[in-house]
Parts: sequence; C-alpha cells; structure tokens
Amino acid sequence: MTAALTETDARRTAPPSDTPVIPPKRRRRRQRAFDEVPRWQIYLPLGLYLLFTLVPFYWMLLFALRPAGSTSLVPWPITFEHFEKVWNERSFGVFFQNSMLVGVATLVTTTLIALAGGYALARFQFRVKNAFMLALLCSQFIPGALMLVPLFEIFRNLSMINSLGSVIIAETVFQLPLSMILISGFIKNVPVSLEEAAWVDGCSRLRAFRAVVLPLLRPGLIAVGSFAFVHSWNHFLFALMFLSEQDKQTIPVGLNTLIGADSVDLGALAAGGVIAAVPVVIVFAFIQKWLITGFSAGAVKG
Amino acid sequence: MAPAQAAATAVAKTPRGAPGRRRTGSSTPRHLPYLLIAPAGLLMLGFIAYPVISVFYYSLQHYNVTKPWRNGFAGLDNFTRVFTDDPLFRDSLVFSAKWVVTEVSLQLVLGLALALLVNQTFVGRAVARALVFSPWAVSGVLTTTIWMLLYNPSTGVSRYLADAGIGSYGTSVLSDTGTVFWAVVVTELWRGVPFFAILILADLQSVPKDLYEAASVDGAGRLRQFVHITLPHLKDAIILSTLLRAVWEFNNVDLLYTLTGGGPAGVTTTLPLYVANTGIEGHDFGYASALTTVAFVILLFCSILYLRLSKFGGDSR
Repeated sequence: MTAALTETDARRTAPPSDTPVIPPKRRRRRQRAFDEVPRWQIYLPLGLYLLFTLVPFYWMLLFALRPAGSTSLVPWPITFEHFEKVWNERSFGVFFQNSMLVGVATLVTTTLIALAGGYALARFQFRVKNAFMLALLCSQFIPGALMLVPLFEIFRNLSMINSLGSVIIAETVFQLPLSMILISGFIKNVPVSLEEAAWVDGCSRLRAFRAVVLPLLRPGLIAVGSFAFVHSWNHFLFALMFLSEQDKQTIPVGLNTLIGADSVDLGALAAGGVIAAVPVVIVFAFIQKWLITGFSAGAVKG
Repeated sequence: MAPAQAAATAVAKTPRGAPGRRRTGSSTPRHLPYLLIAPAGLLMLGFIAYPVISVFYYSLQHYNVTKPWRNGFAGLDNFTRVFTDDPLFRDSLVFSAKWVVTEVSLQLVLGLALALLVNQTFVGRAVARALVFSPWAVSGVLTTTIWMLLYNPSTGVSRYLADAGIGSYGTSVLSDTGTVFWAVVVTELWRGVPFFAILILADLQSVPKDLYEAASVDGAGRLRQFVHITLPHLKDAIILSTLLRAVWEFNNVDLLYTLTGGGPAGVTTTLPLYVANTGIEGHDFGYASALTTVAFVILLFCSILYLRLSKFGGDSR
C-alpha cells in the first residue's frame, strides 16, 4: 500500500551502496548525537509550546462540560446539558447532517475530478497543458471571498440558492486546482514503466491504471480527500452567503450565529465548538502519519 | 519491448521529472487527455473564470442595487476613487501588509523551530507531534469560538490571571485598539504554526544524513550545520510555503470577520474584509469589483517580485 512511498524514501535516505556502514562507528555517532542535545533543551520548549496549543482546547472542553455559572477549573461534575441544548434547540443536529453531506460530497467530487485531470497532467503532453497549469496556479491567488457576489448571481440564475448543491459546487471548484497539482505530483512518482508493463501484458489503459497506479496512489488520495473534507467542513463564507434558510445551514454558520447572539451563551458556544471539532480531530488522527510522507513525496516541490 | 525499455531507463534517470515523449498505447485515443481535464476545465471556466471576468467587467461600471438609477458605464471612475479618494482603502491595505508580514514571519520562525524540535529523537515523539500539529485543521470560526472563551473578560484566562495577581480585572483585549492587534496575531499563530511545522518537517526528512556526518567529522557545530546544510536544503520549500501562506493569510477573512468584524474602530480591517463589507453589506458592487481588481493585481505583483528576489529554484543545492 505504501510501497511507492517507502521506495522513494529508501532511495532518498539510504547511503550509497558502495560505502558500507560500519556498525561500531554508527553506534558512536548515535551516542554523540545523544550527548549533543541535552534532553531539557527538547522537553522545555516542547512543554511550553504544548501549553500554548492545548490550553485553548482545554478551555473549550471546560466550558462545554461544566455546569453554567461554574467557575471551577476542572469540569466536574460533568454535565451534557450544553450539548443537548445546542444539538436540539440550536439545531446543531441538522447543521451536523448538512455539514457532513457537504463534506462527503465535496470529498468524492474533488477526488474523482482531480484524479482524472491529474492523470492527464502527469502522463500526457497536450496542447493546452501549459496554459492549464498556469490557470491552476493563478487560481490560487484569487480571493474566494471576493468571488462571493458573482458566484451568488450564478447560483441565483441556476435556482440553486438555499440548496446544498451550490456550496458543494463552490467548495469543489476552489479545492480542485491544488488537489489536481498534488495528485499529478503523486502520479509522476509512480514509474511509467509499471503501467507500460501492464499494457504489454494486454491491459487497457484504464485497467492498467486501476490495477497498477491506483493502489500506489492510496496514501496521496487519502491526504487529498481528507483536505477536501476538512476544508469544506470548515469553510464558512460560501455557506453563509448561499444558504439562508435555517434548516440548510452548516456548522460554521451555526457557530457564527452563537458568537453573534446578543447574550452569548458560553456553555452552548463551547459545546457547539466541540461538535465542530470532533470530525476534524478524527480525520486528523487518521491521516497524521500520511501527512508528512504525503508532502515529502514531492507534493511541495512538484 | 524496446520502446518500453527505453522509456523505463528514461524514467530511471529522472525519477521525479516530467515524463518525456514516448509511445502511448495504440488503443489510446488522441483526445483522451482533453476528455480527462474536461470536467475540471469546465467547472473552473464556469465558476472561477466567469466570476473573475465579471468582476473585471463590473469594476468599469457603476453597479449598486440600492442606487439603480446611477448604474451604467463608469470608465475608470471607480479606480480613480480607489487611489485618490478613499482613506479606508489605504488603511486596510496598510493593515493587510502588516498582518501578512507579521503572521507569515512569526509562523515561519516558530514552525521551523517546532519542526527541528520534533525531528529530534526522544521518548514520546509520536504523541508530541500529533499534539503540536493538532490545531492545523481547526477552522477560522472554531478558532474564534475557542479564543473568545479565552479572551472573555469575565470568564476567560485574564480573570484567573487577575485572581493570581497578574494583570487587572475586566481586561478585554479584543475591544482595546492598543491590544487587539497582538490578540488576533496570537490567535492566528495558534492555528498557523502547525502548517509550517508539517511542511518543514516533511522536507527535513529528505536531508541526506551523511552530510551531517561529514560536517560533524570536519568539526562543524550544530549551529553551523544548521546554517550550511539544513537551511540551504529547506530554501525552496520555505520560499514556496511562505508565498502560499502569505496569499492565504491575505485572502483569509473567516477569522477576522468572526473574531473582530474588522473592529474596534476598523483597526483590524484587511483589504478583502473591506471589499466584502463594501460589496455585500454596502451593496456597492461596482466599487467592490474595482477594489478586488486592485487587490488581485497587488497580490500577483508582490508574488512575482518575491519569487524573483528570493531566486526561487536557483542553484542553491
């Protein structure tokens, strides 16, 4: 599954084969490296940074789990009243469903369309290729927030205002350029000779792609798909502009409503925040090990 | 067999480069690549290119839904107004520049330090990595939610600090024009540093280990190894990620829109936030389009300048 990545990693990090690694020397080097960085020089800054990272999360959990009006610094006794309140009274149950639908649909459409385009960019020379690549790069400079009004007019003409479809299309379109650049980078890392061997064996291009290339792309596709999901789960402005009916809104819009309420209910706000964070945390835990290898597999440097 | 072998050796020579010209399978139709990019191409034409063109078009028009009697061709009126008669444009541009430069440089320095730190070997490294990277995927609105709880004068951290004798009660950092800048900077740093840390950590792992070994044998200390081996190796990744991040920070409005709304007294209004207010709340779409056009040109110009000055892709390795 991660064969392609481990292969490239091995090629990059392995010492040239004509210099044999002598075990004793290596052990001595390790020993010296160990001596060079005192442990406290690692743990002290790390501990300080962890404090900066984790206290805000803890603060949110604290407000979400302790009873209203409590000033205790420990969420005890634990209460779920705030969660029940936002989920039912503040319609976060509905928002959660909408956000999930938008996230999964964006993931599927972005990955499929970017896979097709990325394959074309990685494996063919064709006339509009350079212009197309330039368009992909330039699109990264376009502020999405500034496209809101023209996009609103387009969706109004298509009668798609207040339909989740408008947000799914907008999210997909703005995810596509980067996803396609990333995927074409991943495909370039798969040697063409593997595909050609399959053609020689009588496979069609599609079959060779599915049998040979696709399995090797899995880590990259997981990374790209997760980005698409997380981005559309998090994104706020499109949903805010295109979905005005309460039962069509998404979690970030619901959170913004809680933030902007006349008297902010901090317990409910924190509980809403936890609900918004949970899927992202799960996705993050799931892709964490692929994130670093995925990027180092040529994604950044193209 | 022969062409396939030739292609294979070509690939072996340039493992990460673009595939050269080669025989495609005879069953492959000529128009296949066009067919493959068609869905992406059509979507981008309809939902990116068309809106961009309409923004350019409207920038030359008076177009305001609340004042329909004035609508019509405006020539360069909107642009004249941007450059000669709009102090808010200048203020928001200055704040944008200050915001982007502060955020990107601090995120880069902290992200680099963090990446070097978690690239060391120590007990609990996997857990430490997962935890320090965790704000990476948090949205602008959720960041606002979390930091509003922290900054809240009656229930936030400042109250507990005041209880312990540090600072004073009732401090609201978000509504004081003197403190609001650093309050939003810290908030954005919280979720922005992991982006750099992840990218730099990924690139650190491709530095050949024998270089450090050789430098160490030659008596170079850790600082000199960092300056002469690590930094040159990271150069391209740093240039590219700072550029991407700068554009992203410039365009990003989620956090400031929800956390301060551009206030207090407009001191945290970035150019895109100003444009959004003009176009969406002020309904002056013609003028907002002119501002958008100017913002886009400034962004593109600065990006090209940055790539030129930093000699991106130069022979630093």
